[in-house]
Amino acid sequence: MTEPALQIENLVKTYGATTALAGIDLHMPAGCVLALLGPNGAGKTTTVELCTGFGTPDSGRVRVLGMDPATASGKLRERIGVMPQGGGAYPGVLAAEMLRLVAATARHPLDPEWLLRVLGLDAARRTPYKRLSGGQQQRLSLACALVSRPELVFLDEPTAGMDPQARHLVWELVRALRADGVGVLLTTHLMEEAEALADEVVIVDHGTVVAAGTPGELTAAAPDTQQLTFRARTGLDLDLLTAALPEGYTADETKPGAYLVCGAIDPQVVSTVTAWCAQHGVLAEELQVGKRTLEDVFLELTGRELRS
Amino acid sequence: MSEPTFAAGTFRPDPGRAGLARILGVQALTETRLALRNGEQVLLTLLIPIVLLIGLDLAGFIPVPAPRVDTIAPRILALAIMSSAFTSQAISLGFDRRYGVLRRLAATAVPRWSIVGGRMLAALAVVIIQLVVLSVIALLLGWSPAASGLPAAVLLVLLGTAAFGALGVLLGGAVRAEIVLAVANLVWFVLLLAGGIAVGARDGFAAIVNFLPSGALAEGLHTALASGGWPGWQPIAVLAVWALVAGGVATRTTRFV
Repeated sequence: MTEPALQIENLVKTYGATTALAGIDLHMPAGCVLALLGPNGAGKTTTVELCTGFGTPDSGRVRVLGMDPATASGKLRERIGVMPQGGGAYPGVLAAEMLRLVAATARHPLDPEWLLRVLGLDAARRTPYKRLSGGQQQRLSLACALVSRPELVFLDEPTAGMDPQARHLVWELVRALRADGVGVLLTTHLMEEAEALADEVVIVDHGTVVAAGTPGELTAAAPDTQQLTFRARTGLDLDLLTAALPEGYTADETKPGAYLVCGAIDPQVVSTVTAWCAQHGVLAEELQVGKRTLEDVFLELTGRELRS
Repeated sequence: MSEPTFAAGTFRPDPGRAGLARILGVQALTETRLALRNGEQVLLTLLIPIVLLIGLDLAGFIPVPAPRVDTIAPRILALAIMSSAFTSQAISLGFDRRYGVLRRLAATAVPRWSIVGGRMLAALAVVIIQLVVLSVIALLLGWSPAASGLPAAVLLVLLGTAAFGALGVLLGGAVRAEIVLAVANLVWFVLLLAGGIAVGARDGFAAIVNFLPSGALAEGLHTALASGGWPGWQPIAVLAVWALVAGGVATRTTRFV
């Protein structure tokens, strides 16, 4: 378990005029859960594809379990599990039939029947793939990624299209995988997911890594910085609010109607903000004092909204 | 869905690939089952040839020397091979690509050649089922194929399956599923009527038609099974060239993903 699960150096990939990856670096120790977090089009799927041997990089270096996915995809795929974005199966194949087919490719697969039960697909065993709901197709795809007892799994947006119960089931599974020593690289644009699951979070945007670290490190980057958020009508004059606050505090409208005050938040500051609001006839809703979330970090780094 | 907790060690890694024979076998079996379960494919590969076989034998409106079934049966076998190896194959590949199955399988321990090989074996299995069913019906209608033509017929069936199969992969792996559907059906119809399957070409057309895979297969099977012996080099060479050229192009153009 000394070999890193994944090492990526200065990876570049373009599709025609579009730059999908503009030189990213990633390091993932064995048995770790790494979340690639970013909006759609950030380069998450391209990274997964290049790590699993679909496509070749324009430049840079990728090693997965010590192997080059572009030249050793056969050997590599015997050891990894992949859940491609959007799944994949014969349109007419029955759910159980598809999982048995994938299980048959592995030397010591998990019991497909057990996996179907655990993933809540028991009732859909004899349903053709094209008639499964989006969430059921996702769960079947996840089962296909796990059935071969891989040592490293790539889950590309594993919870997209799932209801909250199914999402929590997937989270439970990822935690069980980690506990059993399976490395997990997952992509997501849900910060709750990254915060809940990952040992390491790598935030990507426009094909570059904009931040990396544990969820704790990322959200506590500046220890003194705290925040106060509230919602109100859009377009408040923040210069006035900043003037009312002590020196060094900032106030931003992060999304229309969502306001963020950064600085050491003490009772006096809360009082100043609410008093300022009262003065201007503004009703501050959902007023909250707390530490930063990954979404805040992302917004600060990119100025873009994460959920897209 | 209750949230299960997983016993420690449930997912303990133990990766590795199964035996290649097992992978290939399971894949061929799955694809064969899928082909036989698909209503439209069965209509095209079995029901239409059966109806044409019985209908053309009983209805006298197309002038054919008696016993009529001796002329009709080999042509229906050629039609059946074209239907499954080309049309069905192209359509299912087109939609399989749309549904991401090639990518899904490629992401497992299945080697690429086995993904292609599994499809080929499944196509061959369907052809064998077609030939058995159609031959039994033809024999019941009084068909008496020439025994001396059987080795040639087997070779022609294999080459015909390879040629039409390669053309099916070439088409199914090249364009969008809806376009595959339209083109595959259109080609089927044109080759049936004008490609030497329904009737042998006469005069000037023969030069073209006998160089088509449809014409070569139908004429070759007809000669071998009606007259016996070997049908000459031409149908065999024509089918072999189509198989090699289409297969060569298909390996370059077919998109797995």
